Amino acid sequence: MPKDHGIGASPTRREDVRFLTGRGKYTDDIALHGQTYAVFARSQVANGVIKSIDTSEAEAMPGVLAVFTGEDFVDVGGNPAGWQINSRDGQPMKEPKRPVLAHGKVRHVGDAYAAVIAETEEQARDAAEAIVAEIDEEPAVVDMGKALADGAPLVHDEIGTNQCFDWGWIEDNRAATDEAIKNAPHVTTLELVNNRLVPNAMEPRASTADYDPGTGEYTLYTTSQNPHLTRLLISAFVLGIPENKLKVVAPDVGGGFGSKIYHYGEEALVLAAAKKIGRPVRWTASRSESFLTDAHGRDHVTKIELACEKDGTFIAFRTETMANVGAYLSNFSTATPTFLHGTLMAGNYAVPNVYVNVKAVFTNTAPVDAYRGAGRPEATYSLERVIDMAARELGIDPLEIRRKNFVQPDQFPFTSAAGLEYDTGNYGALVDKLEEMIDRDGFEARRKASEKNGKLRGLGVNTYIEACGIAPSNLVGVLGSRVGLYDAATVRVNATGNIAVMVGAHSHGQGHETAFPQVVADMLGIDENSVEIVHGDTSKIPFGMGTYGSRSLAVCGSAVVRATEKVINKGKKIAAHMLEASEADIEFTDGQFSVAGTDKSVGFGEVALKAYIPHDFPLEDLEPGLEETAFYDPANFTYPAGAYACEVEVDPETGKVTVCSFAAADDFGNVINPMIVEGQVHGGLAQGIGQALIEGTVYDENGQLLSGTYMDYAMPRADDFPMFKVDHSCQTPCTHNPLGVKGCGEAGAIGSPPAIVNGVIDALQRGGIDVTHIDMPLSPGRVWQAINGAQ
Amino acid sequence: MYNFDLIRPSTLEEAVKALGQDEAQALGGGQTLIPTLKQRLAMPETLVSLSGIDAIKGVCVHDDGRLSIGGGTTHATVAREAAAHYPGLAALAASIGDPAVRARGTIGGSLANNDPSACYPAAALGSGATIVTNAREIAADDYFQGMFTTALDDGEIITEVRFPVPEAAAYQKFEQPASRFALVGVFVARYADGVRVAVTGASEEGVFRWSEAEAALSSNFAADALKDLSVPADGMIGDLHGTPDYRAHLVKVLTGRAVAAAS
Ligand SMILES: Cc1cc2nc3c(=O)[nH]c(=O)nc-3n(C[C@H](O)[C@H](O)[C@H](O)COP(=O)(O)OP(=O)(O)OC[C@H]3O[C@@H](n4cnc5c(N)ncnc54)[C@H](O)[C@@H]3O)c2cc1C
Repeated sequence: MPKDHGIGASPTRREDVRFLTGRGKYTDDIALHGQTYAVFARSQVANGVIKSIDTSEAEAMPGVLAVFTGEDFVDVGGNPAGWQINSRDGQPMKEPKRPVLAHGKVRHVGDAYAAVIAETEEQARDAAEAIVAEIDEEPAVVDMGKALADGAPLVHDEIGTNQCFDWGWIEDNRAATDEAIKNAPHVTTLELVNNRLVPNAMEPRASTADYDPGTGEYTLYTTSQNPHLTRLLISAFVLGIPENKLKVVAPDVGGGFGSKIYHYGEEALVLAAAKKIGRPVRWTASRSESFLTDAHGRDHVTKIELACEKDGTFIAFRTETMANVGAYLSNFSTATPTFLHGTLMAGNYAVPNVYVNVKAVFTNTAPVDAYRGAGRPEATYSLERVIDMAARELGIDPLEIRRKNFVQPDQFPFTSAAGLEYDTGNYGALVDKLEEMIDRDGFEARRKASEKNGKLRGLGVNTYIEACGIAPSNLVGVLGSRVGLYDAATVRVNATGNIAVMVGAHSHGQGHETAFPQVVADMLGIDENSVEIVHGDTSKIPFGMGTYGSRSLAVCGSAVVRATEKVINKGKKIAAHMLEASEADIEFTDGQFSVAGTDKSVGFGEVALKAYIPHDFPLEDLEPGLEETAFYDPANFTYPAGAYACEVEVDPETGKVTVCSFAAADDFGNVINPMIVEGQVHGGLAQGIGQALIEGTVYDENGQLLSGTYMDYAMPRADDFPMFKVDHSCQTPCTHNPLGVKGCGEAGAIGSPPAIVNGVIDALQRGGIDVTHIDMPLSPGRVWQAINGAQ
Repeated sequence: MYNFDLIRPSTLEEAVKALGQDEAQALGGGQTLIPTLKQRLAMPETLVSLSGIDAIKGVCVHDDGRLSIGGGTTHATVAREAAAHYPGLAALAASIGDPAVRARGTIGGSLANNDPSACYPAAALGSGATIVTNAREIAADDYFQGMFTTALDDGEIITEVRFPVPEAAAYQKFEQPASRFALVGVFVARYADGVRVAVTGASEEGVFRWSEAEAALSSNFAADALKDLSVPADGMIGDLHGTPDYRAHLVKVLTGRAVAAAS
């Protein structure tokens, strides 16, 4: 029997009532009295020197209240990268300043160089068009290889190079890995591209700022996954507004996928403008602005080598990657291709040698940062493609070659050759489960049926491991993080026994408002409907590092557990007082505090009430109230893992790929709400399959974004997918967090692209077409081109 | 969007008059024009909505057997009401966009716009339809004059499109993955006096007739008849979604599939 409440049950998502009835309240729904509108003037060229900006005509236009240019922000700080990466030679990365508005130079199409504030949005737009900017276009760099070549145009003249860093992981393993590859009986080499993606959250970015001259307080309503970090960055680095005078509110947020983790210049602009004009200022991105200026994802060009024995035993992985960081460093942009990518390059495997070299490259394109999966999809794709290729070369079954090299269940905790300590896992069990799900024996019959219809059918498989629950502060501190990555929660028990839980995680589609109460209610033995989650407001919650990296439950959920434990302990004190017993004798089960070995007990509700009516409390020993806060800093990453398989059909005449079935077996450790987990996997699969098949971000050589609208940027739709089969019954609970959970938000996006590409290659090979690799997206045109080229 | 005035006349005469003013433009279903306005790519002073003119809406069979569709008829209506008379055309209408687009977009708007990737131009040209306006009748062969270009004069309104009903017809649309317009679309129609093949999505010149295929299919209406034919890649569209070679190749594949679907 599935559980009907508490941990392990699947209550429907309570937040959906407001979302599905149009009652969600997003930043753009917040209307402040007297609000004004900001519109940005953005560069049409990818690289240009700003000679002059004439705002006089714009300033004189109807309704215009103020015009800003980069000149107005020369004295304020820049938006920093959150991680400092050092190059192999020990030098720190090049870190050019990212200004609020471009000054001196524009560096990508869409780079904002001026902003107009007006009474209406239309007036602001008219005036923004009337700004006369003399910008001398210079040659742009778009291609990373060309950007690193001698004499390439520079994105940032002051650093003298387009290379941000040249990072080695683990540098001490480099020689041994080189040697192992040199001597290996078999080496498979693959060059591949991990295609750039535009996040495309359904809700575009938006920010509204308000300044109260009476208190000197600023309020910023903004589309953030991470309101405390935004406040910290604005306060400490960009505008210098004291944290106690700045309130950041991220209300309902319509999807982020990473793109809303970061602080953006528009947020700083509306804050500064609100103070200057003394009225609220609001900005909402158009879809075109979102395409041009949201931080993009992925964009790696990689060469990977796998050295192995003839029997398929892995000896070494060596990877050389160029990672595009775009025109400016976004907050996580330096961590994503390094510590979220290089550290995963041993995969699920007990391979002895791993070395990764990553060169981060500035180009005249939108900044690139963490996008659902962030680094781990890039690692997984490289590994699982080269492994598939090696299996084919060696004539070994693709699942068997993986099984053969897995870290075995009795080897945990296992320190991988890429330096992470995997706490637990059972990868063989995941493959067993996957095989149960996919009816491999029936494949040949299905393939024949496809063949009758003129289609080529293929089976694609892969496994993955990722690192979630970001992250142990001590570890990331060593690795270059400039912040800690704990989280926090306050559990406030009201006098009448219901509860508000203030959490640092931010829900923008993940279902925290449903899942977190399941945890608290389960621990306290109460109805989960009496528990409310409060999130997204820096003035209400203690602190938090937001939601990304599949960290909310593993890190913030652990803080919730710790705070709830403190509430129980405090409750025991109160119960002991009420029951005239010693605190040590109080036990708490199923919502009852009882004296061990007696029938004396009081319910949680009575204890809560007593906490607020402390008429007879011994006040020197017992404080009134029942509210506790905990900060939780994880001891390690968590390591979800999975095994995925799909069957695809290729139409050899048109190149069109159809996904016929997709199965995902994941190990997320313990599962709090299976329905939400399943939904997260579905969403992740949709994004991963979208990346594999249709999503492509294309800049031309002048840095113009050719795929800048939905007419050219293909978003996956429901009818692009089969019904997914997902399973999360293989559970090896995380050993170091109190819930034993691992995180499930990104797995689908991480695990699915290689399965699709492996499947298409398998289909072509079985059809006698000798194609060994096609770069994503495997759009019909590209697949046809590959088939055509091979014949 | 820039500001504009909106008027919504209920007769054709009023609409024609209103469109005679400077910087006035017809508004059909708005499925092309409104996104253009939102991006500030056009700035008409007056939009003359045709949606109030009942006389240019609806589907009926003409005395001479031709199927007549009012210029203001939505794709959804065509999909529904033409199905009994001209299933190939109804299926084409049903393949345009999504339900919301089909509920508003009109045949007149689509033909007036003549997007090189749009579906209706292939049906109109492939059926040898007649485009009827407030001023004249224009044969499809004379009407399409290249990407986004037609024989229409400024302010001329498409009031009706007359389709000779073929013995058999089918449209094969290969969707561009992002827009789901036709990356290439081929409309094949067999009439007593011969076969017509119209291709959309492929050529830099917009919709065109593939005359070699028409000749071959007129003597043998089977995909096999195309075996020795090929379409030159010259003049085909090359973009993010396909090279000229790919499009030329698809023209042949889809023509074969349309024939198979029609026979
Ligand atoms: C998401 C989406 C998907 C789409 N997918 C497809 C697709 O797959 N295939 C396809 O073919 N199309 C597609 N379209 C376009 C759609 O079919 C439009 O409806 C059509 O192109 C324009 O028709 P409309 O009535 O909306 O015209 P409008 O947008 O109102 O007008 C378009 C132009 O035609 C003029 N005009 C309108 N009506 C008349 C008339 N009666 N006489 C003279 N001029 C007129 C207008 O002045 C304007 O210049 C899609 C559109 C969208 C938004």
